[in-house]
Amino acid sequence: MKLTLKIWRQKGPEAPGKFVSYPVDNVNPEMSMLECLDVLNESLIERGEEPVAFEHDCREGICGSCGFMISGIAHGPQAATTVCQLTMRHFKDGDELVLEPWRSRPFPFVKDLVVDRRAFDRIVQAGGYISVSTGNAPDGNAIPVGKEEADRAMDAAACIGCGACVAACPNGSAALFTGAKIAHLGILPQGQPERDRRAVRMVAQMNAEGFGSCTNIGECTGVCPKEIPLEVIARMNRDYLRGIWKERHQLVTTIAPVTDWDLVTK
Amino acid sequence: MKLDARIPSGPIEQAWDNARFEMKLVNPANKRRHHLLVIGSGLAGASAAATLGELGYNVTCFCFQDSPRRAHSIAAQGGINAAKNYQNDGDSVYRLFYDTVKGGDFRAREANVYRLAQNSLSIIDQAVAQGVPFAREYGGALTNRSFGGAQVSRTFYARGQTGQQLLLGAYQALERQVDAGTVTMIPRTEMLDLIVIDGRARGIVARNLITGKLSVHLAEAVILATGGYGNVYYLSTNAKGSNATAIWRAHKRGALFANPCYTQIHPTCIPVSGDYQSKLTLMSESLRNDGRIWVPMNKGDKRTPNEISEEERDYYLERRYPSFGNLVPRDVASRNAKAVCDEGRGVGETGLGVYLDFADAIARLGEHTIRERYGNLFDMYQRITDENPYKVPMRIYPAIHYTMGGLWVDYQLQSTIPGLFVLGEANFSDHGANRLGASALMQGLSDGYFIIPYTVGNYLASSKLGKVSESHPDAQAALSCVRTGIDKLLAIRGRRTVDSFHRELGKIVWDDCGMSRNAQGLRTAIEKIRALREEYWQNVTVPGSGDDLNQSLEKAGRVADFFELGELMCIDALERNESCGGHFREEYQTPDGEAQRDDEHFSYVAAWGYTGPGKPPELTQEPLEFAYVHPSQRSYK
Ligand SMILES: Cc1cc2nc3c(=O)[nH]c(=O)nc-3n(C[C@H](O)[C@H](O)[C@H](O)COP(=O)(O)OP(=O)(O)OC[C@H]3O[C@@H](n4cnc5c(N)ncnc54)[C@H](O)[C@@H]3O)c2cc1C
Ligand code: SF4
Ligand code: FES
Repeated sequence: MKLTLKIWRQKGPEAPGKFVSYPVDNVNPEMSMLECLDVLNESLIERGEEPVAFEHDCREGICGSCGFMISGIAHGPQAATTVCQLTMRHFKDGDELVLEPWRSRPFPFVKDLVVDRRAFDRIVQAGGYISVSTGNAPDGNAIPVGKEEADRAMDAAACIGCGACVAACPNGSAALFTGAKIAHLGILPQGQPERDRRAVRMVAQMNAEGFGSCTNIGECTGVCPKEIPLEVIARMNRDYLRGIWKERHQLVTTIAPVTDWDLVTK
Repeated sequence: MKLDARIPSGPIEQAWDNARFEMKLVNPANKRRHHLLVIGSGLAGASAAATLGELGYNVTCFCFQDSPRRAHSIAAQGGINAAKNYQNDGDSVYRLFYDTVKGGDFRAREANVYRLAQNSLSIIDQAVAQGVPFAREYGGALTNRSFGGAQVSRTFYARGQTGQQLLLGAYQALERQVDAGTVTMIPRTEMLDLIVIDGRARGIVARNLITGKLSVHLAEAVILATGGYGNVYYLSTNAKGSNATAIWRAHKRGALFANPCYTQIHPTCIPVSGDYQSKLTLMSESLRNDGRIWVPMNKGDKRTPNEISEEERDYYLERRYPSFGNLVPRDVASRNAKAVCDEGRGVGETGLGVYLDFADAIARLGEHTIRERYGNLFDMYQRITDENPYKVPMRIYPAIHYTMGGLWVDYQLQSTIPGLFVLGEANFSDHGANRLGASALMQGLSDGYFIIPYTVGNYLASSKLGKVSESHPDAQAALSCVRTGIDKLLAIRGRRTVDSFHRELGKIVWDDCGMSRNAQGLRTAIEKIRALREEYWQNVTVPGSGDDLNQSLEKAGRVADFFELGELMCIDALERNESCGGHFREEYQTPDGEAQRDDEHFSYVAAWGYTGPGKPPELTQEPLEFAYVHPSQRSYK
């Protein structure tokens, strides 16, 4: 089949950007969205043009590298599917697809369809872990965890950190991502000692990064490739309120957001 | 060159304890003055960086993705082994050790494997404490499954996302150290050369993939955890970015490369569907616990699977290997799939596929149970193929999955360059000529959490390391070598894309150094690779410049290294006149078509040294001794 890909092209954050339309013939319904971009890129390179930059690695829907808007929907029309697993059979001959990067202030623009999602790492740095140094652990079976709890923790832990939730949210909130980690660790018995501090610090960092606040619109869970449920946000809010009270005498620190890429030469 | 593997003396059960006791320790107050570089943030790198940070070292960790959480380890599905014997089914450290040595077809170092089996116990404890949501029984205990040819249930798993959950555990531990200020994480940065000063690894040259800037990083030791080289084959189950550049460039600086021809073909992947295909998708081999593998009895049978009656089906693994059946090790399962397809009995449009059928399991256990066990895998299959595996058997075919070869390391995980340590899939240790399922995650974490923190300390405490500066001629030479390489690639402006070369290289290596090999094919492959490499340096085109995000340039450098490594794989395969594990030489097989080892002549690790561009590599052998597990012909009949 034949498609038209209308793609956002912009060489860098300072350069001007615009949509460019590319006809792509010979689209095989079995190929993935990213393979379709590969085919386009091969032809661009052969013509001596720069290929479209996009993020990808595993191409199995698990690393969270890939992601862009397809005609206004984060990761495209197929529910619970990242663009690397989205096959072209979901489109019709002659369709025009509009591809744009995630647009959200805490995700600074890099190139074409690539943005900078390091803000997510800093939210995790702020407390998205259980503080147990190597060698400190008791026997695995010393901490029983009921099957249901383990399953619920796993549901939340499935987040791949792709950022679609932020891109889809009219407020640019990262509540689904942050809530997923708070829920994963907060459900488990191992996560209890740091539960309050974790929620307080992670939420503070989320705010410091400039993500918007959650007003329960629910777009996030609709586009989430791992179908992280909205409950995680409710849980985050509960843990945060409890934490803010219990930790009221503690100073909450946040990490300064870094947006430039001159890391290695600093 | 004589290789000293530094295997501790004494009984194997006490070897690691003794080795640790003999190691020198770094004074706790001095640790933060020691700067260490960890390249890679997969299971091996993240666990190493986090643990070294906890100990108080000053660590800088690099990865090429935008976040350390995206390392290829994230994609591991099936599980991680540990000799916990929670199922009370007769497992033990010794049995895991025994199975791994045997599964590796007696081409691994016994002492390393024993230590791996010992460490497996602590890995599970550590992961549970970090909050890894392993599967549980209703009563709250950890549950296990049997996996990839094991006759005990020792595999721990988190749905079909075990690698993801273990990596997130290690990543979170790493981010905790970033917050604590002990680890500096530098993402989107690729190591392009190793800096060796006075015979010791003292740093790296790296390229910032966003700004294109090159920089020198100096340290007291360099730890490579950059993963495997399966992408030499172009089509593999590895992530697209997985590459050999870091280990290959270290090899060119003097680190020996061991057993490059030992590559693993995974039997259960979704077959190739067209030439646009960019990678292959693995279907976890846990599926073989309940699925039955078959092809039609008759050649060229094009009927749909449901039209083919029981009598007209050949359940070839069950027929040939009555005691292991569908659970034979990976190399055996893969080779048999190739054999039936070569006979013309393969299924699907290309004829390169066999059925993996769940009808019996669904009839026996009900669809609900099958969904519980494999739901996400079935969904993934359906998403990709548009077929419903609850109704129609899956189609699978083998694909390149893992590389057992890698940089040579001694018992302390140090390469032949002092101060250069290699962890995880990037090294050659532990799996011999064939890796058992669920053992790579175990090895990566054993190396990172429980071995390197001791052995790197021993190195630091027992070496006199002077200060070095960026202006050192060797550092500057490495920097300009990298710059020249990049400029050269950008200047060619030929007519073919990097990917088109990579595909062609992959096909050569797959055809002649893949599932089965022979001397004639390997010789022609070497010629073809050389000719193609020649063309590459004349005719490749890399658009754009070196000073911004340029994904074609990144690929171009990696493919240049794959050419050289691909050739070495063929040379190694040609030199090893025997069949063992994943290395199947057609000339060396038993009358019934099984791999025929030659222990008298080939019971050694083949460690190759780089001697210069266009010069033949130099082989050094590390003889293998088996004091505990007596080498025997593997039999899964
Ligand atoms: C689909 C799939 C499923 C699997 N399932 C299982 C399983 O169920 N059980 C099991 O035990 N094993 C499994 N394996 C194997 C296992 O996942 C890998 O062997 C293991 O995760 C490798 O870990 P690692 O830390 O060595 O490397 P990786 O996870 O590959 O990490 C490499 C790291 O190095 C970095 N890097 C690479 N090159 C450079 C460079 N030049 N400069 C800077 N950084 C660099 C990358 O950014 C990355 O952070 C599976 C493999 C695949 C492909
Ligand atoms: S919550 Fe969902 S959409 Fe958001 S980052 Fe995680 S996986 Fe992506
Ligand atoms: S490329 Fe990894 S999730 Fe899409």
